[in-house]
Amino acid sequence: MKKRKERIDRGINARSKDIFALSSYREMLYLLMPRAIPVVFLLVVTPLFSPYWQEIIICTAIYALLAMSWDMLISAGLVSLGQSLFFGIGSYIAGVLNYYWGWSPLFTIPVATIGGGVLGTVALLPVLRLRGIYFAMVTLVLPLMFSRLVEATRILGGTEGLTGLTPFPNQLTALYVIQIALLASLFGFRRIMDSDYGLVIKGINDNDRSVMNAGLNIYWYKTQVLFLGAVIGSFAGAFGTHVDMFAGMPGFALDYAIMPIAAAVVGGAGTFAGPLLGAFILVPLSELLRALGALRIVFYGLFLVIFVVALPEGIFHYIQRKYHQFERWVEVE
Amino acid sequence: MLLGTLIYGFINSSILALIALGFNLTFGISGVANFAYGAIYIFSGFMTWIFLNSLGLPYVLCVIVSILFSAVLGLLTYYLIILRIKGIAISEVMATFGLGLAIMELFRYFNFVGFRYTLPVFYDGSIAIGDVYVDLQRIFIALIAVGLTLFLYLFTHHTKTGLAFRSIAQDERTALTFGIDSDRIGALSMAFGAGLAAVAAIVILPLGTIAVEGGYEVLINALAVCIVGGLGSTVGILVASVLIGFAQTFTANYLEPHWMMLVSLIAIAIVLVIKPSGLFSHQKELEERI
Repeated sequence: MKKRKERIDRGINARSKDIFALSSYREMLYLLMPRAIPVVFLLVVTPLFSPYWQEIIICTAIYALLAMSWDMLISAGLVSLGQSLFFGIGSYIAGVLNYYWGWSPLFTIPVATIGGGVLGTVALLPVLRLRGIYFAMVTLVLPLMFSRLVEATRILGGTEGLTGLTPFPNQLTALYVIQIALLASLFGFRRIMDSDYGLVIKGINDNDRSVMNAGLNIYWYKTQVLFLGAVIGSFAGAFGTHVDMFAGMPGFALDYAIMPIAAAVVGGAGTFAGPLLGAFILVPLSELLRALGALRIVFYGLFLVIFVVALPEGIFHYIQRKYHQFERWVEVE
Repeated sequence: MLLGTLIYGFINSSILALIALGFNLTFGISGVANFAYGAIYIFSGFMTWIFLNSLGLPYVLCVIVSILFSAVLGLLTYYLIILRIKGIAISEVMATFGLGLAIMELFRYFNFVGFRYTLPVFYDGSIAIGDVYVDLQRIFIALIAVGLTLFLYLFTHHTKTGLAFRSIAQDERTALTFGIDSDRIGALSMAFGAGLAAVAAIVILPLGTIAVEGGYEVLINALAVCIVGGLGSTVGILVASVLIGFAQTFTANYLEPHWMMLVSLIAIAIVLVIKPSGLFSHQKELEERI
């Protein structure tokens, strides 16, 4: 007797898809709870942590932003191996504005966010016309080249970097700024991907030629996606610069490239909540494993391989499925 | 000055060609972009060092064993990782990238950093060409690059396995109908690519120290040459390595050495704007360029 696993939507899932969800507290709670968890956790719970753990949460949130920006790119089929490019550009723009002209973080961060978005997009524009692994290759090459350039020409502080930048007034401000940015991009990105615009982006990933057939200019869409990703990445860079009070070559380092990918793949790519979840698992974990030092990157690499090969779905997709559906074994007729 | 620049430009081109051949072979045949390539390069360098200095084996044996080790590493990578995600370019890239990173950072963790990690030159000495002195190792590099290219040409045109390689590269389904196992050939191509990386490492590394950063550099150079030449095209690789190699040497000699690293970036940018699929890739132009 053979059996197969059958998955059926939970009744509450079917009911709460409609306007009738408003007629019952249970259904409303069912819809609200998954959305409320990150909001409550980030805005209410994390400020209660000890200062040391708050610092870790800030660092985690920076990685989570990078992971979400990576996820945005992957939604359009663009594999980036160098989120550090956006991070580095954002961090250097904010650093230069603050270091040489003494702008306050209130102005450097917005300028670096938009400027970094434009610069990052322009830098990768030539590759957008190709699909496949070219984008991955060039994104891998660019950040390393930039850091070499800084090292060799000794511009922008050279290997020393720009130190003594203006910090945030206090840690709680920094925490709230990054949490709000995190939540805004999480819900904003999910909203974008649920709209018709997001459908086009997913279409580019699935079959770019049929999107072209529909008379849409896929390069223009890809450029927009790239800009969105670059903006978020640059914001993370600009923010991180003011938290660390330092802008320098480590901004282009591989940490910022591998970590977001690992977080997104572990959490579940394509959902934005997945990368957030992945980052909040991996970064505190690596903080606990601090004693291992350089071995952390080894673990990230192996995590990436294992999840890509064995669990390509990611944690978030798994949780989502369990939440919306129940499974049972049925006989095969 | 000019003669020296030309000679060193040729040697630099040979280095680039040696580095890119393995990456290109794997990609051209099985379509797998092996982002662990730099890691394999470094792996074989350190393996040779370990066999030579910790185990005290004779040099020739070290070389052979470390090439075999690298090839087996490539083979295992294919069977354990690539085979399960074959055809999903995104997953292939991420898995090999993660693996490469893990290997390289593992060496850093075990403190394989410093000036004592060097490989011996084959034969110490230098010769004069005109009034330019060139050490013998660099001559060896040029000779081996030329020899390896010839070997690969003969191998892919006149042996059964080599012909199977090319048939898989040209049309996988038709090759399957002739009884060529595409998984086996894919694994072999990965092993060959890794073996070529090992050869490149053993020939090139005596010029400097073995450093983890070198792995990233090798990967970047291989990618640059492959993008410029056109992925999967051996002629393209040779032309691109000559172009970039000479351009780098001229920049280093006539401008300033630290602009050298910009050359490949500029070359990539120009090629992507003018002819995005690379100078010599006719076959796959339509597929890649959309």
